[in-house]
Amino acid sequence: MRSLFPIAAVLAVLAVVPFVVHSNVTLNFLVVALMIALAGQGWNILGGYGGQYSFGHAAFFGTGAYVTAILQVRYGVNAWFGFAAGIAAAAALGGVLGALVFRSGLRGSYFALVTLAFAEVLRIIASVTPVTGAGVGILIQLDLGIRTLQFQSRAAFYWIILALVGVSLVIARLIERSRFGAWLMAVRENEDAARALGVDASTVKTVAMTISAAITAAAGCFYAQYFLFVDSGIAYGTWISVEALLTPIIGGVGTVFGPLLGALVVKTLGEGAKLLAGDAPGLDLIIYGAVLVLIIWIIPRGLIGGLANARKLLMRRTGPATSIGEARHG
Amino acid sequence: MLSPAILIPAIINGLLIGAIYALVALGLTLIYGVLHIINFAHGALLSAALFAAFFAFRLLGLDPYVAVFLLAPAFFALGYALQRFLIGPASHGDDRNMLLVTLGIAIIIENALLYAFRADTRTIDVPYAFQTIDFGFTFLAVPRVVGFCAVFAVALALWVIMTFTDTGRAIRAVAKEKLGAQLAGIDVAHVYAVTFGLGTACVAIAACLLIPTYYVNPRVGDAFVLVAFTIVVLGGMGSVPGALVGALLIGVAESLSGLFLGESLGQIGIFLIFIVVLLVRPSGLFGARA
Amino acid sequence: MAEPLLAVNDVTCRFGGLLAVNAASLAAQAGQITALIGPNGAGKTTLFSIISGFVRASQGSVYFAGQEVTGEPPHRLARRGIARTFQIVQPFVGLSVRENILVGAHLHHRKRDAALAAADQVGHDIGLGEMLDRPADALTVVGRKRLELARALATEPKLLLLDEVLAGLNPSEIRDIVPVIRDFCRRGITILMIEHVMQAVMSLAEHVFVLAEGRIIAQGSPAKVVADPLVVEAYLGRGAAAKLGAQHGS
Repeated sequence: MRSLFPIAAVLAVLAVVPFVVHSNVTLNFLVVALMIALAGQGWNILGGYGGQYSFGHAAFFGTGAYVTAILQVRYGVNAWFGFAAGIAAAAALGGVLGALVFRSGLRGSYFALVTLAFAEVLRIIASVTPVTGAGVGILIQLDLGIRTLQFQSRAAFYWIILALVGVSLVIARLIERSRFGAWLMAVRENEDAARALGVDASTVKTVAMTISAAITAAAGCFYAQYFLFVDSGIAYGTWISVEALLTPIIGGVGTVFGPLLGALVVKTLGEGAKLLAGDAPGLDLIIYGAVLVLIIWIIPRGLIGGLANARKLLMRRTGPATSIGEARHG
Repeated sequence: MLSPAILIPAIINGLLIGAIYALVALGLTLIYGVLHIINFAHGALLSAALFAAFFAFRLLGLDPYVAVFLLAPAFFALGYALQRFLIGPASHGDDRNMLLVTLGIAIIIENALLYAFRADTRTIDVPYAFQTIDFGFTFLAVPRVVGFCAVFAVALALWVIMTFTDTGRAIRAVAKEKLGAQLAGIDVAHVYAVTFGLGTACVAIAACLLIPTYYVNPRVGDAFVLVAFTIVVLGGMGSVPGALVGALLIGVAESLSGLFLGESLGQIGIFLIFIVVLLVRPSGLFGARA
Repeated sequence: MAEPLLAVNDVTCRFGGLLAVNAASLAAQAGQITALIGPNGAGKTTLFSIISGFVRASQGSVYFAGQEVTGEPPHRLARRGIARTFQIVQPFVGLSVRENILVGAHLHHRKRDAALAAADQVGHDIGLGEMLDRPADALTVVGRKRLELARALATEPKLLLLDEVLAGLNPSEIRDIVPVIRDFCRRGITILMIEHVMQAVMSLAEHVFVLAEGRIIAQGSPAKVVADPLVVEAYLGRGAAAKLGAQHGS
């Protein structure tokens, strides 16, 4: 439990924010940033801890968003159940896709390609089939209330997404300290060596993909509740595939807080770009692309990873003093 | 629907379109064969080349078939510089990092085009765009025929380069055995950059062949390149004959499925082929085990 | 003769048109150190890869502890008790030394605390006690070899496949590692080793198999095998047999 303390502390600080900040614009910014952080944490489980870089995480985000929207709009299902169903559907999708892909032995670039193609297929299908509203998309009826998970105040949404992010942080931490996590990271480092040590690499990767899909889908379900509109470009577009991978890479792949930090940095940069150069389309993405290249070039392990490196360098000068129970900090 | 009068032109058109796909795929497979990475920036570079060809026509009055002689070397230089001074150093030799860096470059290029030129679609007007040649049993569009011949000329030129020049031999050496080539004194960074440059030049040539009948906007390259990915995977990563055969097959498949299924579903067909090939036989028709 | 712990029967492996391993048979007796030697390119690592589940044999079978294990994947073989090291060491570079060994320890210890304790024990036994907190890529070549051994040892194997573990080490480093290998034997672990370093083979192995061009061409005690003219021919070392014989005697 002691290892969960940093997470509790960060959540406590963030939870206070709506009492201090009253500007709707700022709260909106933070809600979106936290949503992206959640999507990114999902990617982080598979990509950061597992080393499998997916370029199509939109597939899970969009499935979460669409399932929750469709169930509410076309079948009158309660929003909470819809939310859970969205997560479950995406998790199932992740499990099936993972089983197919990893059992075929696809790795590296090939894996990235398959995920990209898969998200693209879903986008095209969603843009033409009636159940997803085809080209027009799905509009969720405005109907404030707890049953429909819609709220007047931004603060309510803020706390909901914060709670979800909190859960994802705990999941990441638990994975880090579990046997599954040790196996997953071994597969990331060197899959063959891991297999020789008894790690069932295909199954481990598939499980990671399932968890990863579920977390990113939660962000998608939240999107649907917050914006009340979903279409194929929003649900399955490359924008979310990119942001889901960008935030952990910038913040720190394979770390608990990486995606959160990365999301705040990325979104701040995006807002900064808009302030400087107006609302021209594409400017924020140019900056994201440039930051991606720069981070890989200069601090490949991301901001938190870079900090950990600096800290280790300093520790080496003053001598190590860790106990048996603490194999690794950070 | 199935009468030869409709099928045969559809197939032939498929072959002609396939030839352009082949050129894009060739660049991709060349880069994979030597650098062992999938160049995610390929699509964005195609979009950039299309814009370049567009502006060469609008601002300099250059017909695309003339502009190609300017754009191909220019894009070769661009590709060379990208690999030598950006992708190579930024990736620190790690494959996963290279994936991300090329993705980052793709995002930058595509959105720079979007920012500079907005998302409007542009086309150019050349007199021969809709002319056809009478082959007796069918009429074929001039630009498509020119494209087909040009692609074979390029493929031949590449073969000559690979087989008979020192650079080509160096490229083949590095593709086969990088460490050995290094030990033999070959400058691997330079070879990588030349290969990337050649791949990018292929894309520029493809753009010039496409532009008479195709449209230009920042996202076009992506659509094309996903098809090129499919071809490269189908034909075998790193295999040039694979890319050519695969491209012709896909071109025909697309033409026929467009005939039977309509525009948007035809696209899905290609992706599904893609996913199935990746799952069932990732080494493709001609490729070595990945 | 008791039933061998490992029995490889008539294994053949084809890569395209190439016969990497050709009807090779060998056996490793429990508790002994068995060596697999042969000139470069003979197919030794391929054979190891077949035994450890990384490569499928086209023909033949592999038996472990009396049960057929042909074609089982590496992780299942590890659970049965077959561990292997790699010719080119493969440490988990981004993890610490302790975390590296932890992965092996987790095979039989589900909980992190128990696995960490086991990993620490193994780390100290192998002589990496001081380096446990350091990143794996901070290790020297010898250190990495020790780590490779430690990871394998942490899986509590019955059979350990060592693939040229002494390659690239200088004589004093070899002198340091050999006792570690002997110690494995004392713990009751059976060892099958591919080795080129003849002095180690002579001093460690109780039984030797010679593989040349995919075929087993000789087997027996080290002294007998080394004196076999067929073996000498395979290595093209005229007079090597006589030389080694003289060294061993002195």
